[in-house]
Amino acid sequence: MNEKTTPHELVIISGKGGTGKTSVAAAFAVLATGRAVIADCDVDAADLHLVLAPKLIASMDFKSGHEAVILREKCTGCGLCAELCRFGAVKLSPNSQYRVDPVACEGCSVCVRFCPAGAIAFPERLCGEWMASATRCGTMVHACLGVAAENSGKLVSLVRREARRIAEEQRLPFIITDGPPGIGCPVIASMTGASQVLVVTEPTVSGEHDLERVLKLALFFDIPTSVCVNKWDINPEMTERIERKVEASGARVVGRIRYDRAVTTAQIQARAVVETDAPSAADIRRVWENLKLET
Amino acid sequence: MIIAVASGKGGTGKTTVAVNLARVRGAGMVLLDCDVEEPNAHLFLKGEPCCEPETVTIPVPQVDESLCDGCGECSRFCEYKALAVLAKRVLVFPEMCHGCGGCMRVCPKGAIREVPRRIGVVETLKAGAATLIQGRLDVGVAMAPPLIRAVKARIPKEGDAILDAPPGTSCPVVATLRETDYVVLVTEPTPFGLNDLKLAVAVVRELRLPFGVVVNRAGSGDDRVQAYCRDEWISVLAEIPDDRRVAEAYSRGQLAVDALPEYRDVFQALWAAVCGLSRADTDKYGRART
Repeated sequence: MNEKTTPHELVIISGKGGTGKTSVAAAFAVLATGRAVIADCDVDAADLHLVLAPKLIASMDFKSGHEAVILREKCTGCGLCAELCRFGAVKLSPNSQYRVDPVACEGCSVCVRFCPAGAIAFPERLCGEWMASATRCGTMVHACLGVAAENSGKLVSLVRREARRIAEEQRLPFIITDGPPGIGCPVIASMTGASQVLVVTEPTVSGEHDLERVLKLALFFDIPTSVCVNKWDINPEMTERIERKVEASGARVVGRIRYDRAVTTAQIQARAVVETDAPSAADIRRVWENLKLET
Repeated sequence: MIIAVASGKGGTGKTTVAVNLARVRGAGMVLLDCDVEEPNAHLFLKGEPCCEPETVTIPVPQVDESLCDGCGECSRFCEYKALAVLAKRVLVFPEMCHGCGGCMRVCPKGAIREVPRRIGVVETLKAGAATLIQGRLDVGVAMAPPLIRAVKARIPKEGDAILDAPPGTSCPVVATLRETDYVVLVTEPTPFGLNDLKLAVAVVRELRLPFGVVVNRAGSGDDRVQAYCRDEWISVLAEIPDDRRVAEAYSRGQLAVDALPEYRDVFQALWAAVCGLSRADTDKYGRART
């Protein structure tokens, strides 16, 4: 590989939560040991660390945006802030004091600007932290969003940027990114500019419904997209129907993973499925090969 | 009473709990699907739309170029980088806009007015004796919380309502949980389930809401979730056994209480447990007051 090669980033998403994204991502991290940086972008419910047992190298605060804070000693109680706030974040407390609910405040600064008494401060907001760690598979970048904090999309972008920087620095060919569920802000932040997307779905009415929406999103961003059906034997007819829909959409089917209780056993032992003799390990290996990252 | 069903981890059975509870409660129950990115309750309650979907918009700026002199006050003010000035012309990026209205207020020329930008729809369905109200975010739209607020604006003033929350612990979850009376956290007895349960517990405690836990697929993993709840004095409201028949019924879009009548008792008991532990009887840590 020459120096200018940019790493190939595979982002694993699902639409519906709990379809097995993280178990697949952990397995891929093991299969790509020594060749990939791992990024956990499910920043509001990160789980990959439970399998990969990262040893912390460095951690940094994640500060993003600002929040309004009413200074009691300056506040005249005119109530203009409550009137102007579009997010219902300014509340009148029982003792007739106005205060900003930090959870509801979106940091727009309208109240700060228009307070006639200049009584609203606007400090930077600490939204969580991000970390770089060593694992048995390679470097992992992960994060922890603060309790009820905002800006998970920006934290996702930060994690991906760091993962890319480390991959370039270490001259590794791959980045394996475990994405969040849904189709909103953090998912969009996980996908934009990725080399390819793998959607892990399941043969249930919810899995099918959510897959359609997430496929639309991937196609909207014009990213090459593959799909694998996890727990396919729970409902074989639906698996076939899903695979037909995937092919019709222009995405690629890259395999099926069987329903396997040993996946939970592996998780309890903090091992990736491919590090055990679970029957589904062979299925996951086949999906990895079908993605053709290595060729 | 307004009950939210939530979980940190996705796929633990939030929707299963929400729709089965709504079914066993029956008449007059309103279920609001606040998982607007991936609403699924309608796949199980299978209602008929009872009115046209309502379009939900947020206000975004539109610049009147005949009045704008390109001073840049709006773009300097905007915290979301939704406006930029290039060669004395204002460019608007509506997908970045949170709809705060600040640019309109700071413009010295009065050149900005607000126009609606569609982010999704709210649909109301009659599902047997229950009503289902769901938000559906347009694909490619990042901002779920305003749509969630629009769904919640339709919570009936009287009677009971169940909110099906999105997974995770960030803004969409907080927007759903705020100002509810009780939170049911659904988890599974696995390391991922436990880790994400702890995150969800931190959120509901931060919001000072009373809550309890439902362990779904009980018996499929280990007993660390139950041990955690015991140590933290958190009420376990119900354990739903790991039953492949439930998973198969779910895969076909069937309700557990319809396909397997013995589950009616499980969800009736869960409702009774929730009612017994609502705001009056629990402290902010979800502990029963004795």
